[in-house]
Amino acid sequence: MNAPMALPRVWNQRAQGRVRRLERVSARLGPRLAGKVVEADAVVALLEELIEPGDRVCIEGNNQKQADFLARALTSVDVARVHDLHIVQSVLALPEHLDVFERGIASRLDFSFSGPQSGRLAKLAGSGRLSIGAIHTYLELFGRYFIDLTPDVALVAAQAADRHGNLYTGPNTEDTPVIAEATAFKSGLVVAQVNELVDELPRIDIPSDWVGFVVRSPAPHYIEPLFTRDPAKISEIQVLMAMMAIKGIYAPYGVERLNHGIGFDTAAIELLLPTYAESLGLRGKICRHWALNPHPTLIPAIEAGFVESIHSFGSELGMEEYMRARPDVFFTGPDGSMRSNRAFCQTAGHYACDMFIGSTLQIDLCGNSSTATLGRIAGFGGAPNMGSDARGRRHATPAWLAAGREAHRGDRAPPRGRKLVVQMVETFREHMAPAFVERLDAWELAESANMALPPIMIYGSDVTHILTEEGIANLLLCRDDEEIEQAIRGIAGYTAVGLARDRRVVENLRDRGVIRRAEDLGIDKRDATRDLLAARSIKDLVRASGGLYQPPKRFRSW
Amino acid sequence: MQSYYEANARERLDGLLDPGTFREILPPVARTLSPHLQALDLPAAFDDGIVIGTAKLEGLAVLVAAQEGGFMGGAVGEVQGAKITGLLERARNAEVAGIVLLLETGGVRLQEANAGLIAVSEVIRAICATRVAGIPVIAAIGGQYGCFGGMGIAAACCTGIVMSEEGRLGLSGPEVIETAHGVEEFDSRDRALVWRTVGGKHRFLLGDCDVLVDDRIDAFRRAIAQALREGDRLDLDAVEREHALLQRRVDRFGGYDDGADIWRDLGFPDPENVPLLATDALVAISQRLRAA
Amino acid sequence: MEHLEYRFDGGRPATAGSAARIVGVVASGNLEVLIEPVPGDPACSIAIDTAAKGFGEIWQAVMADFFARHRLAGIRVSINDAGATPAIVALRLDQAIEEFTRKR
Repeated sequence: MNAPMALPRVWNQRAQGRVRRLERVSARLGPRLAGKVVEADAVVALLEELIEPGDRVCIEGNNQKQADFLARALTSVDVARVHDLHIVQSVLALPEHLDVFERGIASRLDFSFSGPQSGRLAKLAGSGRLSIGAIHTYLELFGRYFIDLTPDVALVAAQAADRHGNLYTGPNTEDTPVIAEATAFKSGLVVAQVNELVDELPRIDIPSDWVGFVVRSPAPHYIEPLFTRDPAKISEIQVLMAMMAIKGIYAPYGVERLNHGIGFDTAAIELLLPTYAESLGLRGKICRHWALNPHPTLIPAIEAGFVESIHSFGSELGMEEYMRARPDVFFTGPDGSMRSNRAFCQTAGHYACDMFIGSTLQIDLCGNSSTATLGRIAGFGGAPNMGSDARGRRHATPAWLAAGREAHRGDRAPPRGRKLVVQMVETFREHMAPAFVERLDAWELAESANMALPPIMIYGSDVTHILTEEGIANLLLCRDDEEIEQAIRGIAGYTAVGLARDRRVVENLRDRGVIRRAEDLGIDKRDATRDLLAARSIKDLVRASGGLYQPPKRFRSW
Repeated sequence: MQSYYEANARERLDGLLDPGTFREILPPVARTLSPHLQALDLPAAFDDGIVIGTAKLEGLAVLVAAQEGGFMGGAVGEVQGAKITGLLERARNAEVAGIVLLLETGGVRLQEANAGLIAVSEVIRAICATRVAGIPVIAAIGGQYGCFGGMGIAAACCTGIVMSEEGRLGLSGPEVIETAHGVEEFDSRDRALVWRTVGGKHRFLLGDCDVLVDDRIDAFRRAIAQALREGDRLDLDAVEREHALLQRRVDRFGGYDDGADIWRDLGFPDPENVPLLATDALVAISQRLRAA
Repeated sequence: MEHLEYRFDGGRPATAGSAARIVGVVASGNLEVLIEPVPGDPACSIAIDTAAKGFGEIWQAVMADFFARHRLAGIRVSINDAGATPAIVALRLDQAIEEFTRKR
């Protein structure tokens, strides 16, 4: 008996599709394509032939570096030919990133962070112009690039290309390798905009095999200096909190490997290392190895010998020459320039660091924290990757074991380590907005934006310490949820949450060392002045770097 | 607290004056708050944002006034103006080596309208009268708010001005120029441009400020004491010399668009480098190059 | 502007001969705190003029804690506030007491 013949399955459809796309491009562009090099005024035509309706397209779309010329070109394609794209992109930074949705070129979005565009994103999602697949963290999104969100076309940015299509991405390598690899090895096509075409690259960051097309953009791609904090803006309260962090957490746990979330609070800690931490004899004992962007505020600590190594997610404008002069500290290519890598740095932050410390906007009575505000869909970025216990971790370090012992006293489960996850906030923000609330705005945002879950940045069950100007609450030493609540109230100052504390319970928590105030740590608040900062201005940072740090214009008065 | 820029008015006086010699006139307990601010339901300060008194500086008897830039941007209202004018008038009846004005101000306190304008013009008149009586009036400018508006004129009427490169001295503020004439004419957010136009180094090279010092309270102290010791002589000849100097300056530099053009004209081989030079290096080079 | 007043009893008298002291600046997010001796007054009296209206409950708590920390009688504390957070208020109060009680 003969079964009906099934049509043989085609196993290389993607490769065939790639060939078709390349043929269309070649036919349309003609002499405006030479090898892999496309003329700038042919870019819209390139995208129209290359991209097919319903494609998954990744635009770079990083935290700092933007493939702005390509993003702009994408907004100009004929929507009859290119529509219903599924955008997979780590950061929505430029207006063009949302223009593609307004124009019907794209309809679906998976992303991680949308800071500057968060308000407009909320409006577009609310009005149905855009449907969100999911909001990821960086590392999750990168992971999905290799599972089921592989880009068909990736639009990336590089500093330079050679005629073969090799790319040099330099200090701002950021997401490019992960995007290009996923795309290239699933028969996708990578289009790179570059600042210059050269005969010989300083080094090869992305091999030409992975790159489909290269175009020299009329202007250099946009890079945002997101991680520069002017020391002039650091307040006395932030100095006090930084002292408490160093003496109350960094020192006792011996935190050698860490990540700092961005903010003035952590900048204050960085600037206190050569002064306050030095006076406590902590050089060589803390803050030796970092997963961190090249913060200018870390320059004094590097110069003072605290910092042995830094791996970075991206670069920071103005730090290039300084890093070139400190190749032992930064990850540096044989050409002398730094190479960042967001995926690997996020991995390091998650698994290889003993501590994350960062700031937030709101904390509730369980220690859950969120930066969500109504009317904005900002996403997560990388903070949850760093600000969470790494339950898959196995390698032991003293700090990880010490926190683990505190976390699991009285546990019947087997012993394990614990990553230190510290949330640092002043009890009141601008305009007397309390940082401590009974219910996070994240819940309301989830309802109004139809999210599956409230967008919580750091879960209370991952938080180990909360630090305010009133003291440090060590949640690991809390025996139950009631104690966690009172420990939080006990450092929530004069907010409504703080004023509603049970004074007797808080006193008891303080006696047990669950709450420690500045006095308990032996810190004299009178010492918490700006004089303790190793640098008090951008100019001081330039001096500390021996003139190597070149701050962007907006930070200079010279 | 070493930085003049970072210190508030009282901290500057503390670091500048001989220890234990400062006696405040109309201290906060006198509660000389601005009636105008209270009427407008705005926060007022007990000393109306200026500290005045008698003191010694390197042994020299002085009368001193220090503006608090943090309070309303140092803007001068009726009470503050009266305190300065009263101080200047007192000098003529006292045996003092001079008056020291630590200026940090945006000019007239607009909330006080005509009272503020009158206050500043009275300050200017009092400075001139005090100088005519042979008493030097030394201005120091080095705070975050600079010295602008009518008080910029007042500063220019003083015997001498000591500035740090962080300081700024001008008439119309950068934002005001941009609003009135457009960003093409003057981009107030281009901080490098602002400092090339009104910053301490440029004022020093142009001759508007006599001494350029590092941002250190002890550097200001030494420079102010030195300036006081040089005394003063304001008479018709001095005024006419000043006018001639200003005319020569307009003739020589009036056609230029940018501070850097003036520095090039003065003979600096690398004008772009001027903002990067350390204070002492700039002062050394400028010995032969300055306009005045 | 909102005007608030508080009086606390049960403190110990400030040292005789202490001079009035002031700290802080009336700048946005900041405040000035003036402490004057009032010899013979058994209480600590506090007068506040603040640009931030409607936070009376918080001022009450901050002042009560301030008094509990130092327990000084015979002083008048006068504040001009331009919207400082309680953290800054408490800091300036402590700085003012420090200046006031420091031996010269």
